[in-house]
Order: sequence, then structure tokens, then C-alpha cells
Amino acid sequence: MIGFDLIAPHLPVLTVVVPLIAGFLTPIIGWIDRRLPWYWVVLAMFVVLLIAGNNLVTVINSGTIQYKLGGWDPPFGIEYVIDLLNGFVCLIIAFIAFMVSIYSKESVKKEVPGKTTPFYAVFLLLITGLMGMTITGDIFNFYVFLEISSLTAYALIAMGDRGDGVVASFNYLIMGTVAASFILLGIGYLYAVTGTLNMADMQNILPGVYESKVVLAALAFFMVGFSIKVGLFPLHSWLPDAYTHAPSTASALIAGLMTKVGAYAMIRFMFGVFTPDFVINTTQMTNILAWAAALAIIVGSVLAIAQSDIKRMLAYSSISQIGYILLGVGLANMIGMEGGLLHLLNHALMKCALFLVAGAIFYKTGIRNLYQFKGLGKKMPVTTTVFLIAALSMIGVPGTVGFTSKWYLALGSVDAGQWIFVFVILLSSLLNIVYFWRIFDNIWFGHPHEIENIKRDEAPLTMLVPMVILAVLCVFFGFFAYYPVHYVIEPLSEALLGLGGVLSR
Amino acid sequence: MVTEINSITPLLAVLVSMIAAVLILASGKYPNLREGWTFVAAFIKFGLVISMLPLILKGDVITYTVVEMLPDIPIAFKVDAFGILFAITSSFLWIFVTSYSIGYMRSLNEHAQTRYFFCFAIALSSAVGIAFSANLVTLFLFYELLTISTYPLVAHNETPEAISSGRKYLTYLMIAGVSLLFAIVVVYHYTGTTEFSFSGIAGMDAIPQTTLVILFVTFMIGCAKAAFMPLHAWLPAAMVAPTPVSALLHAVAVVKAGVFTALRVILYVFGVDLMQDSGIWLYMAYFVSITIILASIYALMQDNLKKRLAYSTVSQLSYIVLGAVLITPHGLTGGMLHIPYHAFMKITLFMCAGALIVTAQKENISEMKGIARQMPITMIAFTVGALGMIGMPPVGGYVTKWFLLLGAAELHSMILIAVLLVSAVLNAAYFFPVIYVAFFKKPDHELKYKEAPLTMLIPLVVTAIISIVIGIWPDAPGMFLDIVEIAVANVTGGGI
Amino acid sequence: MSGILDIVYAEYNYWIYVTLMMIGFYAMIAKKNLIKKVIGANIFQTAIFLFYISLSDVTGGTAPILMGGHGGEHAADVIYTNPVPHVLILTAIVVAVSTTAVALALIIRIYNEYGSLDEDVIRAARRELQPEFSEHARQKSVAEVSEQ
Repeated sequence: MIGFDLIAPHLPVLTVVVPLIAGFLTPIIGWIDRRLPWYWVVLAMFVVLLIAGNNLVTVINSGTIQYKLGGWDPPFGIEYVIDLLNGFVCLIIAFIAFMVSIYSKESVKKEVPGKTTPFYAVFLLLITGLMGMTITGDIFNFYVFLEISSLTAYALIAMGDRGDGVVASFNYLIMGTVAASFILLGIGYLYAVTGTLNMADMQNILPGVYESKVVLAALAFFMVGFSIKVGLFPLHSWLPDAYTHAPSTASALIAGLMTKVGAYAMIRFMFGVFTPDFVINTTQMTNILAWAAALAIIVGSVLAIAQSDIKRMLAYSSISQIGYILLGVGLANMIGMEGGLLHLLNHALMKCALFLVAGAIFYKTGIRNLYQFKGLGKKMPVTTTVFLIAALSMIGVPGTVGFTSKWYLALGSVDAGQWIFVFVILLSSLLNIVYFWRIFDNIWFGHPHEIENIKRDEAPLTMLVPMVILAVLCVFFGFFAYYPVHYVIEPLSEALLGLGGVLSR
Repeated sequence: MVTEINSITPLLAVLVSMIAAVLILASGKYPNLREGWTFVAAFIKFGLVISMLPLILKGDVITYTVVEMLPDIPIAFKVDAFGILFAITSSFLWIFVTSYSIGYMRSLNEHAQTRYFFCFAIALSSAVGIAFSANLVTLFLFYELLTISTYPLVAHNETPEAISSGRKYLTYLMIAGVSLLFAIVVVYHYTGTTEFSFSGIAGMDAIPQTTLVILFVTFMIGCAKAAFMPLHAWLPAAMVAPTPVSALLHAVAVVKAGVFTALRVILYVFGVDLMQDSGIWLYMAYFVSITIILASIYALMQDNLKKRLAYSTVSQLSYIVLGAVLITPHGLTGGMLHIPYHAFMKITLFMCAGALIVTAQKENISEMKGIARQMPITMIAFTVGALGMIGMPPVGGYVTKWFLLLGAAELHSMILIAVLLVSAVLNAAYFFPVIYVAFFKKPDHELKYKEAPLTMLIPLVVTAIISIVIGIWPDAPGMFLDIVEIAVANVTGGGI
Repeated sequence: MSGILDIVYAEYNYWIYVTLMMIGFYAMIAKKNLIKKVIGANIFQTAIFLFYISLSDVTGGTAPILMGGHGGEHAADVIYTNPVPHVLILTAIVVAVSTTAVALALIIRIYNEYGSLDEDVIRAARRELQPEFSEHARQKSVAEVSEQ
């Protein structure tokens, strides 16, 4: 391909730059024709997906990619580093964003009437922020991208339900600001002791100053800050409202990605800025995290049972699922870590599919109360089948992605000798059955009052295609989990835990 | 020596009904075509299973690895004598149940028939999948699939009662599933594998005794499909389902999958030696004995015929597990042989009960006075099944009872012998009244001869005849006893 | 007593920033008025900026501008203050300003919707406006389900 050689070395930075520029061009495109932004976003997301895929393949084949911004050498200049961890997360982001962008066409038109152009502009900037957070190797640059993604997320949520959406957005803003400020403070502390902002450089310097209380304080600030960002119980208060009242498309995007990137950041800071030995043994941070996560798993599931709004229920389920990821990380052994990382991918697929389904049902019927879903199985067979598959996946039925992560997490807990976590995981899957099965009962066994009038009335094709693809992937990776595990997650877990292999450099 | 032959046939046998399920769904608007698919799939499936039989009878096993799901954890099939025993039973009976279902569903003009046949086909795939699983994870995959695919069948009526029974069914079986998963994880943790082996998984004996006992208990909770006594409540509750579903639950797939799993765990995970050394077998034997007796007593108290049959199943299933934990070759033979034997007899009984519902609209035994005058063929078939359950020659049941008694006698266990005899008496006590009421009580009003439709009548007559044939000629070449002997030889490492 | 005071004097800049931060944090969490929450957030962020800036100070240091200009002779003994935190904080200020802008925009919409900036009033108004998802409605639909 002509010109590809010219672009190839800049692919890492293009992951961030493409959505950024596309985002700023969106208003112009929308000014030309109001139907165009959708095509524009899909195109941009497709390009990003290709780049992210290419990045990950390059990393798998030939190791970590380093990109010096403006040609400045690290640790002085900003450096973008793509290793297995963020290459993997980037691909998840790009893929989910691509799916959601296809889906968004009709949904956005209906739920954010007249504001499609700004919606898409902000959509792209959100992806920019998430990509930047993931890809950067500079700790302050990370903070900037964190704020970009937060600000855009506030805007997206505020476009949702009249009134409620704005209040949810405001509450999120306050919590998000606290979190970001804590992170900023932590960065300041680390800078004060190490005098560098480059993550890899910092990791080299830090072990020499571990006695300093400042380092401990920094770690604590980071953990609290990220806990707010991922919605780890009991710092989850912003999350249910935000997920519930955002437009369906934004809910899917935020639920699928924001918390994943937060979890990624937590992993990166624990194992890529601090050293594994420090967080696991010296400070016992992973242990604390594991217990907090176990609590989140149970509380999230129990609260989900109490909900009648499907999106709110899914939001509480997210709180519990984030617990799965962090429990795996907190177990801090090989298998647990694999489970946590695998669940990053798995949960993104499942939860995104579920939120898309909730959006499609809302689009067609205007219903979000799950007790009113009666007879939907006849009206929207494809959508409800996707729901069935994704929900079974959440429950952890074998043959779906949920099972593979559950397997690893349970096994990891046994390996760590933490039997109580095994019970937590198993209990949670029972609770998942409780809150999903009542929806199944309503969809397929419930009798609406006017049973004769149910006609097939499916969501439009642009909505169905991404949902079906996600559902298929939920099953595909349930059987073929070998591939992500073997190529990415196993070497990655080894590197993260410092058992061999290299994470970056 | 056991040769392993690599062949895709087991996968095909599992997939046939999955593909059929899709076709059923696609042709939902054309009932004849839809049910045509079911029939075609049933015959192909049985053919595929039977085609593997000659190799198995030679003492070989057939293996096939579908995909490596996770590193070291493949989805794989391995057909051995014990597996094919269950596969033949369920795939053969599917043919009859299909025919019977069509008759039943059409005469009652049931709703949602497409969903019904769809789930039925999936359930059959799962049953055969369980039979052919080469390791615990594959088995768990199909075990859960079976639970999920049978839920819509149990809750088929969509009434609040049906749904609450369905919930009960689901609750029990999902807790079982979780418990089973836990046990599998622990096994994998200690041994690094989940693959079944004739002498038990290597490395199991390294597990400390206490953990081993806990592990065994969680496994047995995981086998709640086998309806051991404290975990049996789902089975009578599931009786709200249409009768062919009950037949499926009791004879073809679900409970048989439960006992099959229990036996797989006892013999192929723990292994005969470990069971004996750890002494678990004795406690398990007493435990299931309690179920045998108690369930029979419960059965006595039921007036609803289907419920009485349900408790009878609970009791009979424990025979199978009892046979397995006796560990002696005769006991094992009796236990394994009871899987197909009980299936044939119980399915006959259930199909008769269903015929009574469809034709005479009678569910309670007290209403069945003189019903034999109206439906003589059905009631004769019922009598055949009942005699088999009691253990009267020439119907099949006596063969397995004989082996079980031999097994108990070898152990000189007076208690177990007594249990078997008392249970036979109790069986008689709850089946003879039904026969007596049906044949000899005077009906309240004049009854005219009116049998169930042929699609229902033929299957139940055929299974009744087979129940007699397997009793008269149990050692026919290639029949169940042959297969069981190979399976027992595999497990014990020698002949009978 | 004097020992504690010494510590306070020696690192008074940190004490100031911590105090400010706590004030801001308190306002964000405890104040019912949304505007006050935003002001709290601003105080909070400003405190962090002060921390960064005081961090960059080097005793006796001068502004980080090369003595003698670009390309000229560099004096080796000149002490500069650290320029990096200044640059970082410039960025952070921009971020803080945008956050405030978004927050104020949201507040305007909230005010238009509910006619109040008081959290409790808004919460009460939301309950009233959204009967569909209220507890009462939920129980009603549950009762409906069990009726059937």
C-alpha cells in the first residue's frame, strides 16, 4: 500500500489522534448534512479498530512498541508505550466502540433528537480519552486523558433522561473530580520523590525510596481515586444513576469501557508504576483489594436483585462484575490474574451486549421496567435471544465467556487458599441467576394482557447486527478462550506479577 | 488392552439434535415438517450411537477432542462402554418419546409446541453429550445445558404453578451446578486434570481425607439431578410439566444424567480403590439406602399417579448409586444395568399415565376405578412396567435386583440386603393398588372402550415389550448386559 | 509544644494546602447547594495546584529562564526552580476550568428543570416526577405479577 510505510511508525499515536481529529471535524461534517456524522463515526471507529488490531499483533510478534512524542527521548518527553496489557485493552476499546457506533444510528436519533452531531463529537472525544489513558506511558499525560474521558462522559450522560440524566451527570462530576484530584495528588507525590513522570522510569527509581511514607500515601491516593472511577463498592454511588439515565448508546459505551479502563489503570499503576513485590507483599494492597472486590461482588448482586429498571439492574450488576476483575487482580497469583484480565474482555462483551439489548427494547417499546417485558419473546425474538445468551454468560454457564473467567477466578482463589472467595464467586453466580431469570420468565413465559396482538416487531438492522456479533463472540470466546489466554493473557500475567517475561522494555 | 480410536462420530451424535433444534425453530410454522425433523434426527442419532457399539464391544474406546477451551482444558469426547450404555438408552427412547409427544401435544392442542420440540432436541443433545464427555468440564458444560434446556419444558404451561415449579427445579439444579463446579475446580487444583480414567484420576489419593470427604459430598450435591433424598423435592414439583416431559425427566435424560454423573464421579474420578480405601462407599451406601426406603414410603402416600411414579423414581435411582458404591463387580453390574432397565420400565409407566390423562382425563388413582375396561392395552402395559419395578420375573427389573442382592450378599451386609427386600415389598405395596383399582374395582359409571391415539399407544406398547424382552433374555449378544460387563471390567480391572 | 509548631513552620506550605484541601473536600461532600459543591471542587483543585507549585520551589532558586539567553554561555552555579510542575499545573488549571464550566452548564440545566439548586429539593422533585420507577410503582407491578 502506498504511503503505509510512511504511516506505519506513527500507528501508536494514531490510535489517539484519529478519534481526536475526527471528533473535532464532526461538527463540520454535521453542518454539511445531519445524517453524515454517523457514517463518519463508524468510519473513524473502523480505522481505530484496524490500528488497534495491528498494534496488538505487532506487540505479540515483536514485543513492546515505544513511540516518542515529538521525538523527545524519555524520560524527558512524553512516551507512548504499547505492551501486551494496553494493546489488549486498546483492542477491546476499539472493538466495543466500533460495535456501539454502528448501533447508535437509530438509537441516538430517537433519544437525543436534534443533538446527534454534538453527541457524536463527544463520543469520539470520549474514545480519544480512553485510548490516551490506556496507551500513554507518561503519568501526567495519563491524568489529562483521564479528565478528557471524564468530561466527555459527563456530557454524554447529561444528554440522557431529562432532568435525571443531568443530575446523575452532576453527581458523577463531583465524584469524578474527587477521584481525579486524588490521582493528581498521587502523581504529585510520586513526582516529588522520583523526579520523573515516565512510568517505566518511575518503576526503576521507586524501589529505592519505598521506605518513604510519601510513596505509601501516593499508592493510597491512587487506589481510592481509581476505586471511585471503577465504581468499586462502597465508592459506587455515582454509577447506578449515571448508567441508568444516560442515553442507551452512551450507557453501553460507558458501562462497557469506562470501568474497564479504570480497572486497567489500577492494574497499570499497581504493577507498572509500583512493583509487584511492593503491592503484594510490602503493603498488602492486593489483599485489601481482593476483600473489597469480594464485598462488591456480593453487594452488587444483591442490590441488582432489588431493581426493577433494567438499566439500573445492569448497573448494579456491573458493580459486582468489576469486583470479579479486581478480585482476580487482588488474588495476585498467576491463575487469578489471568481470570481478572480475561474478565476485562469478557465483561466488556457481555455487559455491552446487555446494555445494547436494553436500549433496543427501549427504542421499540419505551419500556425499561422489567416487569413489563411480558411477551417480548414473541415481539423481538432476535433481541431477546441476544439477551438470553449474554445473560447466561453473566451467570457463567459453560460454553459462554462468563464460565471461563469464573473458572479461572475460582481456581485462582483455591490456589491462593482463599476458600471464602470461591464461595463468593459461586454465590454470586447464583444471585445472577436470580436477577436474570425473572426477566427470562417475563420475556418468554409472561402473558401480556393483549396476547393476540403481539406481532413481530424487531429493532432495525443497524441495532441488531452489533448485538448479534457481540452475542456470537460471547459464545465464541466461551469455546475458544484458548487464543486470548495463550497469546496475551498468560504472558501478560507472568510479566505483571514479575514471574518472568517483560511488561515494557 | 484398550485401544483409543479417534473418530468424529461422537461429536456428530451430539450435534445431530442441535442441528435438528435449529431446523425445528426455522420450520415452526409447519408442524408436520417440524416434527419430521425431530423424527429424522432421532433416528440418525440412534444410528450414529449404535454404529459405535461394535467397537465398544470389542473393548476399544473412541475419542475426539473438539476444541481446547482453555490451556489444558479441552472439550473432548470419549466413548466407553458405560457412556454408550447411557447414550443408547436415551437416544433409543427419544424415538418413542417423540412419537408419544406428537400424539400428546396434538390431542391436547398444546401451545408453544415449537419451543417444546426445540428444547427437547437440545436436552437430548445434552444427555448424549454427558454420556460421551471425556472430562469433568465437558460433562459440566452439557450438565448445565441440560438444566437450562429443560426449564422451559418444566414451566411449559406458563401458569403461576408451572413457573413456580420451574423455579424450584432451577433452584435445585443450579445450586447443584455450582456445587459441581466447585468440586471440579478442587479436583483440577489437586490433580491438574479433569479427565476421567478407568481407575480414577491419578493424584486423587493425595488429597487429605477431610477434603476428600467434603469433595465427595459437594460432588453428590452436584448430582442433585439424581434426586438423592434431601435434594429430591424438585422432581415431584416438576410433575406439573406435560407427561412426555416427565418421561424425559425420569427415563431419558435428566435423572439418568444425574445418576450417570454420580457413577462417573464415583468410579472414574474417585475410582474403585479410593472409594474402598477411604471408606466413603459404606456411608454412601447407607445414605442412599435411606433414600430408597423413605422415597418408597412417600410414594405410598400419593394419590396423584404421576407423583407416585415420581417418588418411585427417587427410590429407584438410589438403587443405581447403591450398586455403584457396593464396589463389588456384581453390585456394579446391577447398578449400571439398572440405568437402561429402569428407563424402559419407567417410561412405560409414564406414557401410560399420560395416556390416561389425555384419553380419560384422570390423574388420581382413586378416580381410576375400572379404567382397564376403557383402556385395556394401556393398563396391561402399565402392569408390565409395575411388575418390573417390583422385580417380578419375567419383566426386566428382577435382573438388576438379582445382581444388587448378589453384590450386597458378597459384602455380607445384612442391612443392605434387608433394604433391598423391604424396598421390593414397598414397591409392591404402592403399585398393586393401582393395578387392583384399575382392573377389579367397579367403575362409577359405564365406560366405553377408547384407547389413546396410535402415536401414543404404539410407543408404550413397544417399551413394555422391550421391558419383558430384556428380562427374559438379558444376556443376548450386544445387549445391555454385554455392555455393562465391559464397563465393569474396565473399572475393576478384571472380569466378573 | 514548640516542637509541633516547628514542624508546622518548617513545612507551612504543606499545611496550607492540606487545610485548603479539607475545606474544599468538606464543601463538596457536605454542602447541599450545588454551586457550593462546585466552589468546593475548585478550592480542592486549587489546593493541589498550590502543592505542586510549592513543590517546585528550590531555596534560592530563580525563575527557570536560562541565564544569558538561548545559545549563550550557561552559568553553572545558577540555581533554577523546577519548571516542570509549573507546566503541569498550567495543564491542570485548564482541566479544572473545563470541569467547572461543565459543572456550571449542568447546574443551569438542573435549575431550569427543577427550579432549585438544593439537593434535597431536587431529590424530592425527582421522586415526584418519576413515579414509574419509584418503590411504590415497583411493588404495584410485583403485585400485578403475582396476581396473574
